[in-house]
Amino acid sequence: MATRVYVPRETAAVSVGADDVAIAIARCAKENGEAIELVRNGSWGATWLEPLVEVLVDDKRIAYCNVAAGDVPALFDAGFLHGGEHKSCLGAINEIPYLINQDRWTFWRCGLIEPLNIDDFRAHQGFNAFEKAVEMGAEAVIEAVKTSGLRGRGGAGFPAGIKWQTVADTDGEQKYIACNADEGDSGTFSDRILMEGDPLGLIEGMMIAGFAVGATRGYIYLRSEYPLTHSILSRAIETARSAGWLGDDIQGSGFDFDIELHLGAGSYVCGEETAMLESLEGKQGIVRYKPPLPAHEGLFGKPTVVNNVVTLASVANIMNLGGQKYASFGVDRSKGTLAFQLAGNIKRGGLVEKGFGITLRELIEDWGGGTASGRPVKAVQVGGPLGAYIPAEQLDTPLDYEAFIEIGAMVGHGGIVVFDDTANMAQQARFAMEFCAIESCGKCTPCRIGSTRGVEVIDRMVAGDAREDNYDLLVELCDTMEDASLCAMGGMTPFPVRSVLKYFAEDFASAVGADK
Amino acid sequence: MNRVRQVDLGTPVSASTETVQVEIDGLPATVKAGTSILRAARESGVDIPKLCATDSLKPFGSCRMCLVEVEGRKGYPASCTTPIEAGMKIRTQTEALAQLRRNVMELYISDHPLDCLTCSANGDCELQDMAGAVGLREVRYGFDGENHLDAPTDSSNPYFQFDASKCIVCSRCVRACDEVQGTFALTIQGRGFESKVSAGISEDFLGSECVSCGACVQACPTATLMEKSVVDHGQPERSVKTTCAYCGVGCSFVAEMRGDQVVRMTPDKDGQANHGHSCVKGRFAWGYSTHRDRVLDPLIRDSIDEPWRKVSWDEAIQYTAKRFKEIQAEHGRKSIGGITSSRCTNEEVFVVQKLVRAAMGNNNVDTCARVCHSPTGYGLNQTLGTSAGTQPFDSVMDADVIVVIGANPTAAHPVFASQMKQRLRAGAKLIVVDPRKIGLVKSARIKADYHLPLLPGTNVPIINALAHVVVSEGLADDAYVAERCDTDSYNAWKAMILKPENSPEAVAKVSGVPADDIREAARLYARAERGAIYYGLGVTEHSQGSTMVMGMANLAMVTGNIGFSGCGVNPLRGQNNVQGSCDMGSFPHELPGYRPVGDDEVRGTFEKHWGVEIDPEPGFRIPNMFDEACAGRYKGMYIQGEDVAQSDPDTHHVEAALRNMECVVVQDLFLNETAKFAHVFLPGTSFLEKDGTFINAERRINRVRPVMKPSQGKDEWLITQELARALGYPMNYSNAAEIMDEIAELTPTFTNVSFKFLDEVGSVQWPCNEKAPMGTPIMHIDNFVRGKGLFIETDYVPTEERTNRKFPLLLTTGRILSQYNGGAQTRRTDNMVWYDADLLEVHPSDAEMRGIKEGDLVALSSRKGEISLVATITERVQPGVVYTTFHNPETGANVVTTEHSDWATSCPEYKVTAVQITPATHRSEWQHQFDENARKQGKIVETT
Repeated sequence: MATRVYVPRETAAVSVGADDVAIAIARCAKENGEAIELVRNGSWGATWLEPLVEVLVDDKRIAYCNVAAGDVPALFDAGFLHGGEHKSCLGAINEIPYLINQDRWTFWRCGLIEPLNIDDFRAHQGFNAFEKAVEMGAEAVIEAVKTSGLRGRGGAGFPAGIKWQTVADTDGEQKYIACNADEGDSGTFSDRILMEGDPLGLIEGMMIAGFAVGATRGYIYLRSEYPLTHSILSRAIETARSAGWLGDDIQGSGFDFDIELHLGAGSYVCGEETAMLESLEGKQGIVRYKPPLPAHEGLFGKPTVVNNVVTLASVANIMNLGGQKYASFGVDRSKGTLAFQLAGNIKRGGLVEKGFGITLRELIEDWGGGTASGRPVKAVQVGGPLGAYIPAEQLDTPLDYEAFIEIGAMVGHGGIVVFDDTANMAQQARFAMEFCAIESCGKCTPCRIGSTRGVEVIDRMVAGDAREDNYDLLVELCDTMEDASLCAMGGMTPFPVRSVLKYFAEDFASAVGADK
Repeated sequence: MNRVRQVDLGTPVSASTETVQVEIDGLPATVKAGTSILRAARESGVDIPKLCATDSLKPFGSCRMCLVEVEGRKGYPASCTTPIEAGMKIRTQTEALAQLRRNVMELYISDHPLDCLTCSANGDCELQDMAGAVGLREVRYGFDGENHLDAPTDSSNPYFQFDASKCIVCSRCVRACDEVQGTFALTIQGRGFESKVSAGISEDFLGSECVSCGACVQACPTATLMEKSVVDHGQPERSVKTTCAYCGVGCSFVAEMRGDQVVRMTPDKDGQANHGHSCVKGRFAWGYSTHRDRVLDPLIRDSIDEPWRKVSWDEAIQYTAKRFKEIQAEHGRKSIGGITSSRCTNEEVFVVQKLVRAAMGNNNVDTCARVCHSPTGYGLNQTLGTSAGTQPFDSVMDADVIVVIGANPTAAHPVFASQMKQRLRAGAKLIVVDPRKIGLVKSARIKADYHLPLLPGTNVPIINALAHVVVSEGLADDAYVAERCDTDSYNAWKAMILKPENSPEAVAKVSGVPADDIREAARLYARAERGAIYYGLGVTEHSQGSTMVMGMANLAMVTGNIGFSGCGVNPLRGQNNVQGSCDMGSFPHELPGYRPVGDDEVRGTFEKHWGVEIDPEPGFRIPNMFDEACAGRYKGMYIQGEDVAQSDPDTHHVEAALRNMECVVVQDLFLNETAKFAHVFLPGTSFLEKDGTFINAERRINRVRPVMKPSQGKDEWLITQELARALGYPMNYSNAAEIMDEIAELTPTFTNVSFKFLDEVGSVQWPCNEKAPMGTPIMHIDNFVRGKGLFIETDYVPTEERTNRKFPLLLTTGRILSQYNGGAQTRRTDNMVWYDADLLEVHPSDAEMRGIKEGDLVALSSRKGEISLVATITERVQPGVVYTTFHNPETGANVVTTEHSDWATSCPEYKVTAVQITPATHRSEWQHQFDENARKQGKIVETT
């Protein structure tokens, strides 16, 4: 019987050679006359272990980490097809602490299944949640989502159930589900891992949302920087459609739903929901003013649910296990789990799905193993390039939407980027303004002009030019951008800048010559 | 009158009928529900600063100057994008807001030239005003940072420039191009700090899709988009509201002046026909009015082979009167007559027809409407009872299905076309019936649901087939017909329409339009809750023009589509005052108000008022005048502002007629083609010098106000009055207002109209009388004017003009956006950059068959004559059909058109001429003669 070998086909794994490893394994097997069945699974999210190869031995998946193509002959020699000992062997995958200590609610199929194999998906509860939803009826679905306390995982944290209720209650012959897969925040990759590892799970989440609010069409707005995701997702949609899980009268349920995949064009601001809707409509990705909310007048002016990938994918298990169960994770108003993404200067980078309430320190030290450089942590940026820089003194802050707001930071999409003590934070403040200048859609004045002026003012401060006057000007500019910008892009760019002014002001002096 | 600043309330008016109470800066205010905070405040006299908002455009929310505080809400919502809610407490001036606005303004100015004193917008710049309003005193960022101060100026458009260095990227220009004009020529290119306004894809304005309507210039709050005339001359110091003198849309304009010099013409936001929009002609192409070609002295000559002699007004008028009297003495009372002009005011037209009737003693008066919309007057009068369209322009905003037949609104009625396109983009369906793929068939965000590309000359079969489908498929509005229409006529018409030859399948063979398309289009129109028909000269200028007009009225009646907003049968009138000139009694059989001259009672009223006897016999129509002239029985003619030698069909015939006359008097701005055959030239006034009224296509009586004195020294009505006196009839008006008073007294549909009233209310749509003191926007609301709507049978009688082996193609004619009719005005402006010669559109297959390539000179010949012109190869025309314009006299498009005309009104069949085209090497014989004559003519000698 052929031995089943798993090699992830996931962007991060592929970037460190997973494809080459897969080829090498196939070739070696042939040369050695070993029968193998090569499965390209998704990633478990333990990016620091990639390429993470697994071999199915007696119902156990034995994991070998950081496998390079050149290691493959040695692995064969070590008898890895039978679970043989090798320095890269981690034992059974379901015994690795990094993975088993997580609360895998949304990502539980990632790594486990063959993403585009609909039978495998079905064998792992795939579409059960949709069937359950149809059985429950739309109102009960929305109730369950409300009970779960699920909030928008794209960053804004708006209660998903209330959004769904609004769209359900808004009159409209046509409604839409728009899935925001424009994962542009620095240090984030959870959407990608999900879409590559469990694309049908996302499709199921969208189907449930469509069923709940009365939408018959869904769009996935995918960033263009994810070509592999695009390929996997396209095939997943096609697979679901040909198996009768998308299209008219899905599985005799009487419910029609189909999904169109739309590729972005490299604009960060298109991850802002209204700019995304403009782009989906074929227009320039320019932010709309609100109200009207997309729930009332969204895509093509119709009531639209705009949710992030993780939000939608989280819904399936809420159907399967109940809203209460989901709400049993987390703390206070931050219920459920979030897929934290450890990045930057970190020893063990990767995805960690945990209930809210875990502290930054636990994530960075217990999971992440501290900085990759081994030097002390200086600052952590959570929630993407618009998130505040949190100083090391605040690492005990629990990950909880409200607790973060209290310290002037935000949870956002759960990306955690770690900096050690060699980082110059004045340059990071400058980067915040520069990033805004590069990515601003240009519609509103504070963001369009303010970000460019922000870079210039910081440069003058760093150069020691009338530092106090420029400090005051920078603070006022931050006020102007925060209070007067049209959307969160300009409105939140001041957060990282202010945090640097507050906690790392001395870096403006020490930055002199830093980049010379 | 000092300069009028048009009020800008920031965001469009709310459509709501409910009002709500709010509190603005502590004071209560009552505003319409749905109003933005910005507008609510401005309506209450509180000016919140703004830059990106303007009330002609949807709110955008980009400049962030109009932020306010709302009690109970966090942050600073933009007042332009935030609708008011009942009980809202709004603060527009707080310390925090002041600082925010100042800081935003500081950002703007950090990327703006500091050249206010030398800027063309100095004193008329919203950025400047706002910088003052928010108290900006310094720019702490300095001016050494990144900026656009060296961005280039695009001067490619002849009328305005785009100075990118002054752009604040408010997108008002882009949005105006999209929302108001509907051309979508502009965009914001790039993003963030690099965002910039771009015409097309990095083209210059002239090379882009831009149609130069001026909406962007109008919307621009700075000097970025600025009229070159303002750049050259400076800001205006006074302004006068008046009415455009181009097409029948009748746009209201504000003439902005420095002394006697027009600095610019800006569309009037209060204009009830145009609501602040304009087209390239009205907005920019007014320079002809002071063109050096204008003749400012009266001229006379004894023979058309002599040079002109400059004479005094008195001598010219006495000379004319003497010759007219001599002709009448020798050839009889009916040997002279006159033509009134649809370009002149009602008052000027009224006195000319009065002169003919009272001073010449006959009814030989006709008007250029003869050659355009006379079938409209006839057809709509017969069926509905009024010789005019049924709706105001604004009605189109309520239409669900719009049918455009034989009209090309984006070229010929651009401002109304923009309004129609707004409605189409909002979801109304569109059916286009036209031989050509006109702009509306497919353009930016517009696509006709059905285009029925019929062969020229087959309008009547198509309209009959549409009605056939309605009746045979049970789509008729029986209740409407039973209640409002004449039953006998309906039954007779129904029997006719159901005949097999009127079925779509039969008509498909005649018209070339697939039967299924006819059926689907008929169903779409018939099932519409509100279906509107708009049409133009492609309907009227046929030998069955009147039949077709009645066919459309029949179709509208049988589907119940007359008498409310969003429906109707609507002629798009070609000239600024063609409706008015018809209303003023310019027809040989009708006195003012379309009342028959043969009616003793009607005539009695006029006779009593005018103190003369009026001939009860109708006079000559224009074609009859030419026929009579050729026959030697018609010898003298007073032609007010019409160039018959260029614009009437069958030029050879017209020229022969004119050569055969003894005294042709031309009253015009320029020595036009007809003047080459004239004995007296009386210089006329431009619309900028006139005091009077024009009536547009929706029966709207608009005031025309003089912005300068008549440059030739005399009002046109006064010229006519003096000629009447010289002919022995006393006319004693002391101003134009008195003429309108007489019109009102003698015309039942105008009873309430006076200059004073119009100055008070802006404009009114006739009928405007005791029954309708404020005018009548929609006609036939409960009953048709004639009582019961009359169905008239519309059997198809094909034109005698047929294709054969020698003339295998059909020529149809029309106009383009930048030029206007005979071109006398637009050819004397920079509009020539867009179109400086008439082109012949030829389908690629017809061209290939004849070896004709793009840009080749071709000979276009018909049974009537031959001309040469340049071919352009395009699929806008269908195979077998060629198309040209008639804007240039040296082309002579009417050399080839025929003598065929509408059976009822003699309106010429311009739209159907059988022709052949062949490659050519030189201009035609007629064109050579034209060139030679042009060299000889126009010489003027001074007399002592």
